[in-house]
Amino acid sequence: MNDGSENLIEIRDLDYARGHRQIFKDLNISITRGQVTAIMGPSGTGKTTLLRLITRQLVPDRGSIFVGGVDISTLSLNELYKLRRRFGMLFQAGALLTDLNVFENVAFPLREHTKLPNRLIRHIVLTKLHAVGLRGAADMVPAQLSGGMARRVALARAMVMDPEILIYDEPFVGLDPISMGVIVRLVRKMNDALGISSILVSHDVQEVSTVADCSYLISDGKVAASGSPDELSNTSSELVRQFMHGMADGPVAFHFAAPNYAEQLLGRDNE
Amino acid sequence: MLREIWVTFVDFVRTFGALQLFFLRLLAATPSIFVRRFGLVVKQVYNAGALSLVIIMVCGLFVGGVLGLQGYSNLSKFNAEDSVGTFAAFSLLKELGPVITALLFAGRAGTSLASEIGLMKATDQLSAMEMMAINPLRRVLVPRFLGGVISMPLLAAVFSMVGLFGAHMVAVSLLGVDAGAFWQQMAATLDVRDVNEGIFKSFVFGVVASVLAVWEGYNAIPTAEGVGRATTRTVVITAIAVLIIDFMITASFLR
Repeated sequence: MNDGSENLIEIRDLDYARGHRQIFKDLNISITRGQVTAIMGPSGTGKTTLLRLITRQLVPDRGSIFVGGVDISTLSLNELYKLRRRFGMLFQAGALLTDLNVFENVAFPLREHTKLPNRLIRHIVLTKLHAVGLRGAADMVPAQLSGGMARRVALARAMVMDPEILIYDEPFVGLDPISMGVIVRLVRKMNDALGISSILVSHDVQEVSTVADCSYLISDGKVAASGSPDELSNTSSELVRQFMHGMADGPVAFHFAAPNYAEQLLGRDNE
Repeated sequence: MLREIWVTFVDFVRTFGALQLFFLRLLAATPSIFVRRFGLVVKQVYNAGALSLVIIMVCGLFVGGVLGLQGYSNLSKFNAEDSVGTFAAFSLLKELGPVITALLFAGRAGTSLASEIGLMKATDQLSAMEMMAINPLRRVLVPRFLGGVISMPLLAAVFSMVGLFGAHMVAVSLLGVDAGAFWQQMAATLDVRDVNEGIFKSFVFGVVASVLAVWEGYNAIPTAEGVGRATTRTVVITAIAVLIIDFMITASFLR
């Protein structure tokens, strides 16, 4: 069953609960090598949790996750760290190290993991910064950067070890349209030019549709639909249509579960 | 009621056990840092030690001055004002130096360690390191812990020295105690053992204050409120721990 050449990441029958809340139930996802795979879903469906499960920052209650054909729950801490070097991850807020400047932030993984001479590190870092258009900001500190710039620096840092898999956690949230367009194009460019595979967690339907090869829509802890963006937007499923077209009414209720409105306004709910 | 006490007790024992395990993990990672990344430790010695120097010296000077005044006014009742130097030296080297330095250290360096680490956690910096296959325990916690351990005894020594200077200033220059008697009596009565007790205390307090600050920051709830609470707890718990341990060390050094 090991088809490692095709599916880079394979999630099988995954269950995960936090406290009493069941977040995932029988989740199955496969991520194809060389593609941009998007994981979409309404807020609070545990999309970020899923990323943390894939990188084993969290451990599932049941089920298994294979990366390159290896079940990651069997890895020792050393093997896990070795595996993580094949990942690059872009955090929601960038997660740049606040006590280092932009250059040192990007150089950080190189300095920690390699013994490369300074000249070479400088060369690599400047190349990566140039790719995200921020070579000129090398001497700035993270506090001086705007949200979009911080995310681009974080992207440069995620790429600096030349990972096989790039993971983006909500890369489009809180960006102005220009930065958004820049990031969207970067995601696609990185994926195709460097031959890596990308996993993208987002609820921005428009942006995802332009960049993703394949999307999974998660709802109630399960995959509600999957396929290319076109397939998803032309689907007959009520839930998928509601999500893809941003409608307030549908299977996903706008209102959180509450007592009867009129009764509550009249103050009868306490009696 | 009994049940609640029992639950609190079990909780305490659990936390204490976890703290000890955490301490052992810090110690286990210490040698490699010393060999490979000593620069990180030096930076933290600067942060925790050098940046605390001013507050330590100002406090030391005034505590020494008070010792000079109090010692003089009490000892002169027995016509023993010449002993004010001995009195100040004993108080400073054995007790006030290590203890007050530890309390100031918790307030100045401990809080900044706890809040810095807590904020790094809250802004995903620690997770980001883990994702880059870098162990934050090694890269972030151990250098800060060692910086504190190295700084504390040095700060305590500076505190005692400046304190003695303050006592001398008040007693000799202000109140007219004979300078020769001030130093001579001190040298005659003070034993190496007394100095060692102070050094030992300041070392132990350094370990305790640093490990608690790092622990509180690392285990902070990653929100603004959680980091604030962790910072407060650092000062409170360090103060309690230092005073209890001080009692135990003093008792064990008693002849």
